[in-house]
Amino acid sequence: MDEQPTPAPVIEPGYTFGTVTDKISSIVLTRPTSNGWFLGFGVAFLVTMGLLYAIGYLFLKGVGIWGVNIPVGWGFAIVNFVWWIGIGHAGTLISAILLLLRQSWRNSINRFAEAMTLFAVACAGMFPVLHLGRPWLAYWLFPYPNTMNVWPPLVLSVHTVVSFDFAIGQVPGWHTTIFPPYFVAGAIYSGFAMVLMLAIPIRKFYGLEDFITERHLNNSAKVMLATGLIVAYGYGIEAFMGWYGGNRYDAFLLWNRLHGPYSFFYYMLLLCNIGIPQVLWIKRLRTSPFWLFLISGVVLVGMWLERFIIVVVSLQRDFLTSSWGMYYPTRWDWMTFIGTIGFFLACMFLFLRVLPMISIFEMRTLLPEAEVKE
Amino acid sequence: MKHTPVYGLMAEFDNPEAVVHAARKTYEAGYKKIDAYSPFPIEALSEAIGFHYNFVPLVVLIGGILGGLSGFALQYWIHVINYPVVVGGRPLNSWPAFIVVTFEMTILFAGISAVFGMLALNGLPMPYHPVFNVPRFALASKDRFFLIVFSSDPRYNALETRRFLESFSPRSISEVPS
Repeated sequence: MDEQPTPAPVIEPGYTFGTVTDKISSIVLTRPTSNGWFLGFGVAFLVTMGLLYAIGYLFLKGVGIWGVNIPVGWGFAIVNFVWWIGIGHAGTLISAILLLLRQSWRNSINRFAEAMTLFAVACAGMFPVLHLGRPWLAYWLFPYPNTMNVWPPLVLSVHTVVSFDFAIGQVPGWHTTIFPPYFVAGAIYSGFAMVLMLAIPIRKFYGLEDFITERHLNNSAKVMLATGLIVAYGYGIEAFMGWYGGNRYDAFLLWNRLHGPYSFFYYMLLLCNIGIPQVLWIKRLRTSPFWLFLISGVVLVGMWLERFIIVVVSLQRDFLTSSWGMYYPTRWDWMTFIGTIGFFLACMFLFLRVLPMISIFEMRTLLPEAEVKE
Repeated sequence: MKHTPVYGLMAEFDNPEAVVHAARKTYEAGYKKIDAYSPFPIEALSEAIGFHYNFVPLVVLIGGILGGLSGFALQYWIHVINYPVVVGGRPLNSWPAFIVVTFEMTILFAGISAVFGMLALNGLPMPYHPVFNVPRFALASKDRFFLIVFSSDPRYNALETRRFLESFSPRSISEVPS
């Protein structure tokens, strides 16, 4: 152990228990609200209003305003649901698993990763209700009495159960046992991408580079690279089994992904999720906020495309040629999707304004003086 | 005669090493009813005041076992006792099919017991606690470390205990009114 080079610090030197406390709490308690905050929150709030408008019209008219129809009965609602749930996964990973592995660098990003998780899950939670068609029966979905304190273990299992929806179906493409593990890997992949997309501007605007250091960016990028490779393995196995399994419908699904009407999105998916993130092997890019921000955005797009491919392309052409069809999202689909992004950002802005975004006591434990030598 | 009841004597320290040292010496001197407060968790500190283990893992284990059993019992009751239906020639107690719910209920109950067990063992929620009567105690959530000897300790003596705590040269010593 001793021969290893000391890693970069997770908190810059020169801080005491008091200054850590003041630096984090002053953002909420003493600093005036900046114009940038009002602008950002205002835009996010307007988009949220758009979401409410789309939902209002949906409840008035029904799911016919969306592009869903037979054979593609699951469209954007499920794509977005799975995407958001996946993003929410990073908070679980950072707060639970990295804690168990004693990765103390997580301390400065876990609070807002957890907040992000809650908001992402709130976005995800809307879609099951919205896609019901009979939203007044929405409470049938919930295992009431509900207990809010149990979300960390639940989120861990929720995503696996969601992936079972796709793993145990009869439809080719929804009939593979690889889904549970690669869904979880993909979830962490997109979750860390979202954490980076939030952390990079936040540390810049609030001057928190001392707490969210280069090492955090580097480590998060490494997690992204590793989970991205697991995802790539999942795609590879899926394609391999389509070819090797000898089932003509599975083989056709593969052909349809590569040459069908949505093939452009499949190639974009490969590019966004497997191709471009490989540049993270380069350390200079892993520690560059600018490039990391861009790559995280690419990964988020890629993960959304993955959900789209799994949901839409599988349904679009299954066993009977006579029942093939196409799916085109309508403006209401887009408005709902973009609306949830606005809702998510509006919640994040409020969180930054009213709560300390970094867990103060956990930062204190990182200071050298916190160590008790005997 | 009426006098203000005293909850204990509280000493304030600057750094974690000082409070751990003081706590250990106090415990070794025979004071058993003591407690310490710090702005972040210090493992050595709980050792020093003689708090070696807690019962949360046990509570979680019991909760998990109960959850698993109740998840299984629920399905067993439905499928074998209350509404027996033979499906595909399988036995009524087709336990492999019950595993998913059993597993989820284990996690659910273990999670609930962890949260509520922790709260209960901490005695939370607690609307009133005497230590907050000391104004300087607010610093315990910033950068100061506190050690308290409760007046209920059999060795407690207002004068001697104060003198004993002063030997650690703390920043301040306050009497905590209860």
